[in-house]
Amino acid sequence: MFFSTLIDGLSLGAIYALIALGYTMVYGIAKMLNFAHGDIIMVGALTVYYSLSVENTVLSIILAVLLPVVICTVLGIVVEKTAYKPLRGASPLAVLITAIGISYLLQGIAQLKFVFGVTPETVTNFKIPGSIFGINWSTIVTLVVAAILMIALTVFVKKSKIGRAMVAVSEDRAAAQLMGINVNAIISLTFAIGSALAAAASIFYLMQIPQVSSTLGSMPGIKAFTAAVIGGIGSIPGAMLGGILLGIIEKIALSIPALAPYTVAIEFSLLILILLVKPSGLLGKKRNEKV
Amino acid sequence: MKEYLLNIKNAFKLKHYINYIVLLAVFALFTALYYAGALNRSTPSLFNQILYSVILAVSLNLVVGFLGELSLGHAGFMCIGAYLGTFISNMLIGAGMNTVLALAISMVAGAAVAAAFGLLVGLPALRLRGDYLAIVTLAFGEIIRNICRNLPFFGGAQGLGSVIYSENLTNKKSLPMFIPTFICLMLMLVVIQNLIRSKHGRAITAIRDNEIAAKAMGVNVTYYKLLVFVLSAAFAGFAGVIYGAGVSPVEYSTFDYNYSIEILVMVVLGGMGSINGSIISAALITVINFYLKAYLTGDMAAIKTLIYALILIVMVVYKNAPALKSFREKYTFKKLIDKIVNRKKAVDYVTDDTARWDVVPTKIEMNEVLSTDLVVTESVVSPDKEVK
Repeated sequence: MFFSTLIDGLSLGAIYALIALGYTMVYGIAKMLNFAHGDIIMVGALTVYYSLSVENTVLSIILAVLLPVVICTVLGIVVEKTAYKPLRGASPLAVLITAIGISYLLQGIAQLKFVFGVTPETVTNFKIPGSIFGINWSTIVTLVVAAILMIALTVFVKKSKIGRAMVAVSEDRAAAQLMGINVNAIISLTFAIGSALAAAASIFYLMQIPQVSSTLGSMPGIKAFTAAVIGGIGSIPGAMLGGILLGIIEKIALSIPALAPYTVAIEFSLLILILLVKPSGLLGKKRNEKV
Repeated sequence: MKEYLLNIKNAFKLKHYINYIVLLAVFALFTALYYAGALNRSTPSLFNQILYSVILAVSLNLVVGFLGELSLGHAGFMCIGAYLGTFISNMLIGAGMNTVLALAISMVAGAAVAAAFGLLVGLPALRLRGDYLAIVTLAFGEIIRNICRNLPFFGGAQGLGSVIYSENLTNKKSLPMFIPTFICLMLMLVVIQNLIRSKHGRAITAIRDNEIAAKAMGVNVTYYKLLVFVLSAAFAGFAGVIYGAGVSPVEYSTFDYNYSIEILVMVVLGGMGSINGSIISAALITVINFYLKAYLTGDMAAIKTLIYALILIVMVVYKNAPALKSFREKYTFKKLIDKIVNRKKAVDYVTDDTARWDVVPTKIEMNEVLSTDLVVTESVVSPDKEVK
């Protein structure tokens, strides 16, 4: 019983971790909270939903896996270029409100009747059938693919030239620019990677909770941000750790009947507590205020 | 001496009191129409809705426009007021108390408890800024909603029925809700407007413009931040009690994140840091929502979401994009009015004169002063923001 809760928590946590990576990278590099990140997940989930309506089974599965990644990546870049780039150098409050606006815009577009509408729909047959040792294949695939993506991302950031340019931009944007790094391209790339990870997360999310709606992204979005904060925002291993911790905490709280209705309150109280006690998170670095 | 007299004369200029006069006039007209029986059934409730939306928008503007912090949990404070106010007034009326007295007591109690929670949210605000604080307020609003939903004496998922509401339905001679709401609104305007125009208001805007500089000038940042959060929460609590008395049942699902965003849209549309702007836009949005309610349900709800999104994006990008700076200075709203009224030749307004509290002092960005081709990051870097 406890073991299965733990596995469920782990796979939910892997999804949160994938989303949290997008938050944490964008926060580290563009120094902004991308409120629309949750809605990118929603777009990914809608793409999966429509891909599955293709008649040919094999084609529909291929589309459902590939199309969300492509669409979300393009969407991430478009949003960054059109909405956030004009505000570079403006006050953080302005950027934050614009991000909320973008989140609302994506939801509004999805709510349009000819796009998706407001009534939630159920996704059928989007689950790998069967189980091994009592663990669903979907869960195993989620865990394995998430682990591969995270390892690949870590290697990319640590070893590749572009990855190191990303680190440089996050440490000091002006100095990085002086060193010949194309800061705008790096920021766009960050949004692209974050959105692609969100698309992957949306596929796994639908395997666990097979329902699509226009507001599907907001809750996992906020929870993933919580995870990013718990792990220390800006830190890639931190986002993974935070996501998995939060997923396990959520599943454990849900499995205890007395606590189950208060799960949301518990998770968000944890966020506030961490921000009060250790704002830099578990793995984040603390920097001093300077003028 | 002459200067002193001039100051006094300036302080009593009509334009500083115009909002009170207009509001009183509208209220007087409305009350007269109501007692003459010239209004249909839904109009008083619309008027009440407008008034409490104005309370919500102005109190949020205190945090967003004047303190410069984003609060996404304003509906949470309202939720506390609504549940607690309804609960207390139900109890008092059940014990045989006069409705008006019960409403007054529940308002004070609701606002006091909301203020206490405001203090609770204000505490993280001392350590956190910007994005972090926004997410904390959002989380706080969700926590409140989650707890209110699960407390058994708050009616659970069915919501809490309101006795005042059902009494108003049966008793034709009862007090219309918009009168106590209007009293609250005026009280709030007096408090907030005077706070903003006093030295305390200058301190608050100084914190917004540059917290470290304000601290260096001896501004007690802790005190003012807590003050703003407590005041704003208290007025949202008032609005909540009023809301609770006007609907039945009070449902936790009303006070979600979208409602907080709706209040934010009112503030952004009216102009951050403009009290009169918030009043006008809150009234406008409420009226539009009210009349389009029948049309904006189901699949058409998308239109509302889209319009809100566009208001947020267009207003903020237009007001803040560095590339549009010269355009903004060329075409200001004030110059347009001057042109229409033709009262004087359009002059370049000094927008950073803090003595003119009716004009929001715009922030001078260090990187605009030292403008180079480089995109420099923020002039002030907080510890939370620059964590790698």
